[in-house]
Amino acid sequence: MFTRKLRIATLVAASLFGMGAAQATDITGAGSSFVYPVLSKWSAKYAEATGNKLNYQSVGSGAGIAQIKEGTIDFGASDAPMSSEDLTKFGLGQFPSVVGGIVPVVNLQGIAAGQLKLDGKLLADIYMGKVARWSDPAVAALNPGVKIPDVKITVVHRSDGSGTSFNFTNYLSKVSPEWASKVKFGTAVEWPAGVGGKGNEGVAQYVRQIPGSIGYVEYAYAKKNNIAFTQLQNAAGKWVQPNAETFGAAAGTADWAGAKDFNVIMTNAPGEQAWPITATTWIIMYKKSKNPSHTKVAFEFFKWSQEKGQPDAASLDYVALPATLTSKIQAYWASDFK
Amino acid sequence: MFAKARNRIRMHATVSTAVPGAERAVEAARNAKDSRDDRLFGWVLKGCALIVLLSLVGAAGSTLWLGMDAFHTFGFGFLTSAAWDPSNDQYGALVPIMGTVGTAFIALVFAVPVSFGIALFLTEIAPQWLRGPVSSAIELLAGIPSIIYGMWGLFIFAPFVAEHIKPWLMNNFSAEPPDGQVSWLVQHLPWIAKFFSSEYPFFGAGVLTAGLVLAVMIIPFISSVMREVFQTVPTRLKESAYALGSSTWEVVWDIVVPYTRTAVIGGVFLGLGRALGETMAVAFVLGNTFKLTPSILETGSSIASTIANQFGEAQGLQRSALMALAFLLFVVTFIVLLIARLMLRRLATREGK
Repeated sequence: MFTRKLRIATLVAASLFGMGAAQATDITGAGSSFVYPVLSKWSAKYAEATGNKLNYQSVGSGAGIAQIKEGTIDFGASDAPMSSEDLTKFGLGQFPSVVGGIVPVVNLQGIAAGQLKLDGKLLADIYMGKVARWSDPAVAALNPGVKIPDVKITVVHRSDGSGTSFNFTNYLSKVSPEWASKVKFGTAVEWPAGVGGKGNEGVAQYVRQIPGSIGYVEYAYAKKNNIAFTQLQNAAGKWVQPNAETFGAAAGTADWAGAKDFNVIMTNAPGEQAWPITATTWIIMYKKSKNPSHTKVAFEFFKWSQEKGQPDAASLDYVALPATLTSKIQAYWASDFK
Repeated sequence: MFAKARNRIRMHATVSTAVPGAERAVEAARNAKDSRDDRLFGWVLKGCALIVLLSLVGAAGSTLWLGMDAFHTFGFGFLTSAAWDPSNDQYGALVPIMGTVGTAFIALVFAVPVSFGIALFLTEIAPQWLRGPVSSAIELLAGIPSIIYGMWGLFIFAPFVAEHIKPWLMNNFSAEPPDGQVSWLVQHLPWIAKFFSSEYPFFGAGVLTAGLVLAVMIIPFISSVMREVFQTVPTRLKESAYALGSSTWEVVWDIVVPYTRTAVIGGVFLGLGRALGETMAVAFVLGNTFKLTPSILETGSSIASTIANQFGEAQGLQRSALMALAFLLFVVTFIVLLIARLMLRRLATREGK
């Protein structure tokens, strides 16, 4: 009787021990929904390769920052960079993770994707409600020879606080002094004109429903929903189409060297080929880890994503970071994180 | 169960009158145990009721506490300001409150008569074999998650409104009709146009659309409550009225409705409660703008949709303002229920009860 119990106990202990040894480290992160699709794809691939799982909750950048400050997760992800003072105050560090593009989309009869040309000033004037019809001379001046229907412009923006809005309004602030002083930029602003759709899908759907409307969505949504995106004139004065090359060019030419803690919003980047509304999501972690074994896996994961993540990122219309940037990030890891 | 209890009471009665001595002691012990159990049972029930109270006070208290910052910064202006400007940290609750009350009101206007009709059909007119399937269908409707209603509203209903309902309303009631012909009604009563103006004539989302989607969502609640209570009307009352030569409508209006009035109003307010607090469906079809307008064809915001839209990314004062909005939703709901109670009381006094 006794021996039997003992035997069972030994068995149970052995199996528990065995499980413990085989169990991989699960790391948790939370924040931006902008990176959620690519992070979840990467984490599936990474789990196949290493057995380590990544658990990511797309609860919004604000909530991600709050949770990393409380130390309940291994990393936070935010669409807006934290200031260096804040990072120092909480002992945190941050680095970019992946690059994506935000594109203006229009619903105009007879206008195909990539056909209409807009520059920053015109885009800002449209979103201010100052240019209210497509027949406005300012539109025609940029699009000679293109037949644009004479309809009222309906502006569509995001109703929810989002990194997409953050980068879009940041771009408008950089190219329009009036926008910068009146509306400013942020995850949510007081929109001077238009209606608000919830999420990328809400904006995409509104634009499809309203003739003469203009909105802005992540590139993947415009492609998936077959909505006509526009060309933009970048800071170098060149007309560019949104695609992986122009997003990558923006990430490569943004002024990372001059910034501490990668605190650069890469809209209106100077490169010849740079798409002007390119965005990234910053990963925020403790410089002195509270849970070293988890942090180690997290770094391995992001290193893996930089080296092997490009095909998966491309399949979702994101762009992995250019090599010039990843070397800077890895140097930052080595110097700032313990 | 009741029969057993009755038996026990009868047994006690016989024991106490007939048998003295030792058995009386047993009986006393049993009585003591019973009264102790009763007290215990009472406490458990009180505990259950207290949990409701505690969670209500807790939720209201914590939203008030977290919203303190906003109430402090803006004072009474928070209630009367139509601003919602996160980049300059200016917040006001007027537009969301108006949107919440407006959409819920429109929902009731459409849902109450329809629910009344459904419930009457099921209890008075429908053949027996049809009642079961239709009732289950209504209960199924009540179980659909609100995000589904939101998606349906966004992808199917809003375009339908934009194509069929809105142009008709604007042609007949607005000052800038799409067909260019200002209607006779608007020419003579120009103030009507204020309620039917729209900056985006080809856009389906707005206060009216949200109200109609909400109506579809609350019809199952109101109609199933109405159906239940209509079934409680004693058949002999109805049969008597029929025997006196009443029509079905007269039986309904003079017998069924007065008999069930309190419960019917209770059901209506259950639906209203859901309409006031509905979040996802409204966020998709309300258009989410912070513009103060009396028009039901314009876009707007509600308290719940504003919170759902902005909470994830909000920090500092904005977060506090959203919490303050949540607290105001408690207040709005409370005021609405209070009005309901007063209405019921006035009805009761008028009937001389």
